[in-house]
Amino acid sequence: MSDVDLKPVIEIEKLNLVFQTADTPVHALSDIDLTVNAGDFVSFIGPSGCGKTTLMRVIADLEKPTGGHISVNGMTPEEARQKRAYGYVFQAPALYPWRTVEKNIMLPLEIMGLSREEQKARAARNLAMVNLEGFEKKFPWQLSGGMQQRVSIARALSVEPDLLLMDEPFGALDEITRDHLNEQLLKLWDTTKKTVIFVTHSIPEAVFLSSKIVVMSPRPGKVIDIIESNLPRDRTLDIRETPEFLEISHRVREGLRSGHSYDD
Amino acid sequence: MTKPAEISKAGIWRRLYDGKSFPVFVVVLSLLILWYAGAVYMNSDRLIDQYERSKVEWSWQQLTEDAWSMERPILPAPQQIIVELHKTVIDKKITSKRSLVYHSYVTISSTLVGFALGALLGVLLAVGIVHLETLDRSLMPWIIASQTVPILAIAPMIIVVLGHIGLTGLVPKAIISMYLCFFPITIGMVKGLRSPDVLQLDLMKTYSASAAQVFWKLRMPASIPFLFASLKVAIAISLVGAIVAELPTGAVEGLGARLLAGSYYGQTIQIWSALVAASVLGMLLVWAVTITEKLVLGRTGREAV
Repeated sequence: MSDVDLKPVIEIEKLNLVFQTADTPVHALSDIDLTVNAGDFVSFIGPSGCGKTTLMRVIADLEKPTGGHISVNGMTPEEARQKRAYGYVFQAPALYPWRTVEKNIMLPLEIMGLSREEQKARAARNLAMVNLEGFEKKFPWQLSGGMQQRVSIARALSVEPDLLLMDEPFGALDEITRDHLNEQLLKLWDTTKKTVIFVTHSIPEAVFLSSKIVVMSPRPGKVIDIIESNLPRDRTLDIRETPEFLEISHRVREGLRSGHSYDD
Repeated sequence: MTKPAEISKAGIWRRLYDGKSFPVFVVVLSLLILWYAGAVYMNSDRLIDQYERSKVEWSWQQLTEDAWSMERPILPAPQQIIVELHKTVIDKKITSKRSLVYHSYVTISSTLVGFALGALLGVLLAVGIVHLETLDRSLMPWIIASQTVPILAIAPMIIVVLGHIGLTGLVPKAIISMYLCFFPITIGMVKGLRSPDVLQLDLMKTYSASAAQVFWKLRMPASIPFLFASLKVAIAISLVGAIVAELPTGAVEGLGARLLAGSYYGQTIQIWSALVAASVLGMLLVWAVTITEKLVLGRTGREAV
């Protein structure tokens, strides 16, 4: 299960989503084709309104597509959600303020009906994973923004999903914290062999993290380019100075520019 | 608030001047002076009338002293109320029909029963309204309409109807109290149960949590600060409800009965002391809710709204 092979986790064909708003229908996603394989780190990148978050919400069954086909682990997104196939990290930490850090991580486990010992053990293990040992009894407001987001990552990991969906998880953080968390996330991905889907609007972040970069453009939201990255799995921040890194960044930028051109 | 050494060294005047006690003291003193002056002003007409009828010479000093010690003044002086309170709270045995403690006890029992019923009804209505749109649309107008009916108009009818089915004494009073106090609880709880944001709800959806789990693990805990805010309003209202309920029943027990009896016989001092007792009770009740709130919210690391 954890071995990196080319088993497709997510298959998307001709996916369309039209939001019916009061005046005109909004074409949020248009003819999306995409395959995500097990062990991939896939980034969705694009300007705001390009549907990258919407696409991820479709995968998570938080939005229903209006056309096309999508399967997650060979099931419909709804079945996958009911089987708790993924962990979702939102833009904001979305911690419940009345629960301690530990209790917040135990929330999904309580819902899954795991034993109390198992809940505690998983909370401890995943807090260690995001370097937050000793913060179990703290309340969210006692933590900095970066620490809160790490708690929310630990919460998503505690479900022990093979698929991790992350929606601009570091968007609200400063660059120093962000670099640090990016490195931690990469290490996590490398050790756990999870499949990660990551939404961002930062080119360096996307290139640094991903094995596959999906460049999207707005109105209607569609895929412009899919870039396979050949950077090694165990990378450090230094890699951002290498020609390969710059080349991929360049291609992403080109894609974003071409997507925007008809806007002018 | 007693703080150690450093402050007591500074001397009492310095302390009064720097601290909050002095301004508070000045305000209270001004109110008392106003009250005493008001008592002389309000009661002087009747006194001067008396003097003139019995043709006695009167001085201002005489007038002032008499105004502050009338048996049935228009406005009693504060010390008369204190004397009356002392007589009816401390001197009388608390089982005596003349003891204010006894009457307070009668009122507070129906207040607490009414408050408990009102809290239960309020929360249940809110849960229904939040979960079923039919209830939201069908119940809300009635709930709002129920509060626009003056309670003094509806209270006698409630008592007649309940009396007809054999319910007298505490129960009708508690029900009137409940009728008044469920409203802020319903409104507050509806707001509280709807307070979780989209993100918090989406999170529950990604865990494919059941409706019951969303309720117990998200909506209910999120609504607690709202609940306490409305409980504080509701408990004061249930006291008012219980007192109002004692008026049309011709009750002989309870603070409302004291008010009524006082007004029949022009015993203004008795009315005022019952009012003082009612406000002290009200403060104690709100204070009790506040303490409970601090305990409950403190345990979850939150502060009151």
